[in-house]
Amino acid sequence: MDQLQQKQEEILGILRDPTLTHEQTVMTLAKAAENLLATPGAPEEYYKLKEAGIICDLFEGNAPYSPRYILPDYEKFFREGSQFLRLAPPTTLLEAITNLLILYHHVPSVTHFPVYIGRIDRLLEPFIEDEASAKPLIKHFLMQIDRTVTDSFCHGDIGPEATRAGRIILECERELQDSTPNLTLLYDPQITPDDFALQCVEAALDCAKPSFANHRMFLSEFGEDYGIASCYNGLPVGGGAYTLTRLVLGKLAETAASREDFFQRALPHAVDVMCRFMDAKIKFLVEETPIFSANFLVKEGLIRRERFNGLFGMVGMNECVNTLMALEGKPDRFGHSEAADALGVEIMEAIDALVKAHKNPYCEFWNGSFILHAQVGIAQDQGISPGTRIAIGEEIPLYDHLRQAGLFHKYFPSGTGDIFPFDATSARNPAAVLDVIKGAFQVGIRYFSTYSSDSDVIRITGYLVKKSDIEKLEQNQQVVNDTVFLGMGAKHNGHILDRKVRSL
Amino acid sequence: MIAPVNKIIDHSVVDGPGNRTAVFFQGCPFRCQYCHNPETMALCTHCGACVSACPAGALSLREGKVHWEEALCVGCDSCLRACPHLSSPKVKEMTVEEILLRIQQNRPFIRGITCSGGECTLYAGFMAELFAKTKAMGLTNLIDSNGILDFSQADALLEHADGVMLDIKCFDRAGHIRLTGKDNDLVLQNAAYLARRGLLPEVRTVIIPGVLPNEETVALVSRLLAPYQANGPIRYKLIAFRPMGVREEFRSFPVPSRAEMESLATLAREQGMADVAIV
Repeated sequence: MDQLQQKQEEILGILRDPTLTHEQTVMTLAKAAENLLATPGAPEEYYKLKEAGIICDLFEGNAPYSPRYILPDYEKFFREGSQFLRLAPPTTLLEAITNLLILYHHVPSVTHFPVYIGRIDRLLEPFIEDEASAKPLIKHFLMQIDRTVTDSFCHGDIGPEATRAGRIILECERELQDSTPNLTLLYDPQITPDDFALQCVEAALDCAKPSFANHRMFLSEFGEDYGIASCYNGLPVGGGAYTLTRLVLGKLAETAASREDFFQRALPHAVDVMCRFMDAKIKFLVEETPIFSANFLVKEGLIRRERFNGLFGMVGMNECVNTLMALEGKPDRFGHSEAADALGVEIMEAIDALVKAHKNPYCEFWNGSFILHAQVGIAQDQGISPGTRIAIGEEIPLYDHLRQAGLFHKYFPSGTGDIFPFDATSARNPAAVLDVIKGAFQVGIRYFSTYSSDSDVIRITGYLVKKSDIEKLEQNQQVVNDTVFLGMGAKHNGHILDRKVRSL
Repeated sequence: MIAPVNKIIDHSVVDGPGNRTAVFFQGCPFRCQYCHNPETMALCTHCGACVSACPAGALSLREGKVHWEEALCVGCDSCLRACPHLSSPKVKEMTVEEILLRIQQNRPFIRGITCSGGECTLYAGFMAELFAKTKAMGLTNLIDSNGILDFSQADALLEHADGVMLDIKCFDRAGHIRLTGKDNDLVLQNAAYLARRGLLPEVRTVIIPGVLPNEETVALVSRLLAPYQANGPIRYKLIAFRPMGVREEFRSFPVPSRAEMESLATLAREQGMADVAIV
């Protein structure tokens, strides 16, 4: 079969797939079209490392025409409205919600859906006159997002202050039990009142959201204007990320002859190739596509090119450490031995230094360097643990686990996190779970997610999916949210339903 | 100072507010029929009956003493079932410093500790020393007690304690003796004393339909304590009997229905208790 015929077969396959909704068909076709191109300027070695499963482009598409993640400045949008969309600044809650829903429709991303919907409590709070009239509007606002932003990599933030809007959002989410939007409390125990934080824990144990971001840690890195987007990605508001590529450390370690060979040859080579691959993608996006010159978000100042950055992702620290230990004939396992954890830190230090040393002309926001990101994995991953997480099935006691994870979170301003599901007994004592979260922040945890083991909405790796939707898809029924496909893969390949459930 | 410790649970959500480390001391003067951890009642006599019951070879007799090799233990609890004395070979003699070391490791994740048992007030002096240290660490200290210590004479213990969670198993004196082997004079005296001082965050009664005078106990406990709620909140926790862990001869006690529990909770509220919980 020649190449054209092969492509035609691929297209037909997409058109014939009964599990795709119309919207999903269109988007899959768009991706197939984009991938007829090769990434202009990608280094030769990239293809070798890609073939070996060491570098992975996360199916971003070969010729990016939108930044991967965009975090529009919604506050500016509220102050100034939009000429392009013919919207005046809102004066009522209904107008505020309508304006947001309209703008969300026009925010591009790698998924074609908005990955960041703003600090929604702050945005809506000024328009709330009384809670009784506000609640139905906010509930329908959230429901509209879930049914039209049909992809779970869509994130809203609340806090750190307690607001009426924040409380209403939590109430609505518990009633709705929807997977989208994902939600994070920007949590600072010094600012966030305990009763609001407790309300967040109760909601998390009921509908798997919000997660808890270490607000002070993010503030120290990004300043006040940051948001949590997509899974758990800290990024500058009014900017975002051009691209995210990931280094599969476990696979890389398998190519090393020794520990020394890993540090001296394999790692520096792979980091260099990946950085140059990202350079090529960013160059194409910035110089060849009109996104940063013609798009209204740029023209109206809702995003600025200078606030975008490349995200250098990595996964499989767990497997990398175990493989390198085995090379030296040592039985030490990641999370279970001080020597193994110390090796993990040594690897992080090495990656951090190598990535910082590489400069890209379009990454002014982060001193010309890419930002590290602990990637949560993809549906196809088998035997690759997310980011720097301990493998599912090898979890250690809760406090030890948090301390171990705390060794690594500081390296990842653009996102990392751990997930700790709790059992029903613990769910009856949310104050206890809050105590654990407060302690977690003290031992260096950046981002803490939880859910109750008997919830329908659960956290797969970073995103949320309804277990009942996975069951529908397993029976070949269409589901409205495309992320369910990823959730099903993660269930079968990543064994996420076998995650250790914590009892306090 | 040294005390026998049955076990330490690093994170407990059922022994007081928030996340706490719970220390379970060994030994109790009561012999409650429904006790769900009867292996905490007595000190080991080193009779050796458990040694042959251990499938993992974790137990041995050395110079007349039962020795437990923790690393070999598989946690099957065969030893507890084999023990004829309501004890456990896994009890450790611990110093205050050893317990503190364990608590220190849990420090950022907990808001306090709870001493339980067995009956922890058998080691009141030990606890007073422990509490002084944990208080200095910024933790709260709770006591889980059956009320056999005269708390009005225990100022050293109460100085650093944030409250006592007290069992009132039966209000009727004769009934209490039948259930536990001891009278309840001191228990009721303690309830009033602690409530007056605002040091009684919780009282608990286990409910067994047809076996205990549940309604009478709930009504009279509520009537006794309701007036003191102004001095500090008192949660009345009504606990449905469950057979888990209970000795064979008492395991067939009936389990109350949800409706029975609800009606007792209503009774407690009618008698003036503001915070009633069913578990």
